[in-house]
Amino acid sequence: MSTTTSPPTPTESVEPPNGTKSLVRGTLPRWASWGALGAAAVLAGLIVRLLGFGVTPFVLSTAVLYAIGISGWSRWVEGGRKATDRAFTALVASAFLLALTPLVSVVVTVISRGLDRFDGQFFTYSMRGVVGDGGGAYHAIMGTLITSGLATLMSVPIGLATAIYLVEYGHGRLSRAITFFVDVMTGIPSIVAGLFAYALFALVFGPGTVNGFAGAVALSVLMIPIVVRSSEEMLKIVPDDLREAAFALGTPKWKVIVRVVLPTAVAGISTGVTLAIARVVGETAPLLIATGATGSTNFNPFSGQMATLSVFSYYEYASPGVPVDPSLDRAWTAALTLMLIVMVLNLVARSISLLFAPKAGR
Amino acid sequence: MAKRIDVKDLDIYYGSFRAVRSVSMTIQPRAVTALIGPSGCGKSTYLRALNRMHELIPSARVEGKVVMDDQDLYAPGMDPVDVRKHVGMVFQRPNPFPTMSIYDNVAAGLRLNNKRLRKSETDEVVEESLRGANLWEEVKDRLRKPGSGLSGGQQQRLCIARAIAVRPDVLLMDEPCSALDPISTHAVEDLMAQLKENYTIVIVTHNMQQAARVSNYTGFFNIAGTGQPGELVEIDETPTIFSTPTHTATEEYISGRFG
Repeated sequence: MSTTTSPPTPTESVEPPNGTKSLVRGTLPRWASWGALGAAAVLAGLIVRLLGFGVTPFVLSTAVLYAIGISGWSRWVEGGRKATDRAFTALVASAFLLALTPLVSVVVTVISRGLDRFDGQFFTYSMRGVVGDGGGAYHAIMGTLITSGLATLMSVPIGLATAIYLVEYGHGRLSRAITFFVDVMTGIPSIVAGLFAYALFALVFGPGTVNGFAGAVALSVLMIPIVVRSSEEMLKIVPDDLREAAFALGTPKWKVIVRVVLPTAVAGISTGVTLAIARVVGETAPLLIATGATGSTNFNPFSGQMATLSVFSYYEYASPGVPVDPSLDRAWTAALTLMLIVMVLNLVARSISLLFAPKAGR
Repeated sequence: MAKRIDVKDLDIYYGSFRAVRSVSMTIQPRAVTALIGPSGCGKSTYLRALNRMHELIPSARVEGKVVMDDQDLYAPGMDPVDVRKHVGMVFQRPNPFPTMSIYDNVAAGLRLNNKRLRKSETDEVVEESLRGANLWEEVKDRLRKPGSGLSGGQQQRLCIARAIAVRPDVLLMDEPCSALDPISTHAVEDLMAQLKENYTIVIVTHNMQQAARVSNYTGFFNIAGTGQPGELVEIDETPTIFSTPTHTATEEYISGRFG
């Protein structure tokens, strides 16, 4: 510290004659950030202890004290620009931690409460004839996989074909209209998608038609715009150079798309598709309306109500049995299972994009 | 192989904007024809009109005739995909397909054009093309590695190998060396000298020394001003253009006194 803050007498003598200042400035020591943070924490701890408050005021006052302390110290030693830099670094880091708090809280809560029933029975038993203790979500897990799988089977071809049209063929009014309506679809509330599927099936197959396929239709209404958007972005970033190279070899357009453009973009497209699945796999409202709920296992998506994890979790929590605890435990475990499915999907997306990404090995 | 191209009164439009005005020239077989001129004068547009690549830009169209071997490339019913099989192209920036290996890049033209070839035949074409592009010795031990791992100059020669693997009659090169260092440029120029034994080559270049070194004929394109169409000022044998050009504009451009 003494070397950086003491007046730099020797440098003044070597200053250029035209009066320009030395470019060397003082710098804070390397441990400055952590030191200031520790000091802020100690000070905040003292204040909170004296006033008798809890954890939240402690964290908040630590952040405020740290931001004030580090920027003040920096302004004194390093000058205005670096002080502003340090103040904003503190601000951005606090915002990040603030955003992380609910995420960590949800994960910790769901894991700690869901582990109680995270056992073999939960994954092998349905709720058929179960009153009170025991039972499982086998039927709901299967229902979630079936409805999401069907939704994916419908959404990916439609969404990918739309994206190909928009990027490779569409130039006029039609493509602008499609882009507009895809944007509108992105904003559809999921309950509206459920009502749409319910109304559609009521019109075609008679009132009260509730089955797994209706739920899949509702989910694909939500999924298609996501697939279109992500695939479109991925196809757009395929360099035109590659299309030109393929055209110059005398290749027909459809083959350029199938053999050159799609393979180049496949990593991004599959990541987008997986994330779209992850997005709809936890939907509750549309499935509640279009797929219904049941306690028994139903593998047929075209007939009868079907249980899904999110709806199962909702019903176990909203209308528990007479001893309440077993139902609540099942609800939490169902939530944990859903979270694990989404996490596995994200890992799959990551590995797919690593696997397919163009390599630059030598 | 190696066909002669007669271009007659070719006008090229982007929408209502005329980019190139009434170009007529004869491109000789088994020779290198260089096109030089200032930026934006329509050289590349003209080059891309020779294999109907400019049609990929919506609203681009052409009036006039491009006759290769008694066939008008712009005759009604002429399929641009077929035209491009006969007139290959190499681009400014090396653009190997990133998802394919070196081998697959060279074989891409054959595979994309649906030719059913036995493995041994494909091997043969790949080796022949890579040898033709002066790249075989450098890559023969890593044919299965991605093409994007090669150096810029090697990538450009890979692209040339890919272009000649489909056995075109004419090879168009749009500033093929402008992204390359002098050594790679030298390699590509040597290659052009060899290739002209079998191919008709048209090259667009901003490097006048290059035009003087590699070409047999040189055409000078110029533009009257911004918003005006580009036009061919003159075309002649390269030594004539560089020593005693007919037009003063050519002489000024070549001697660097231009604009």
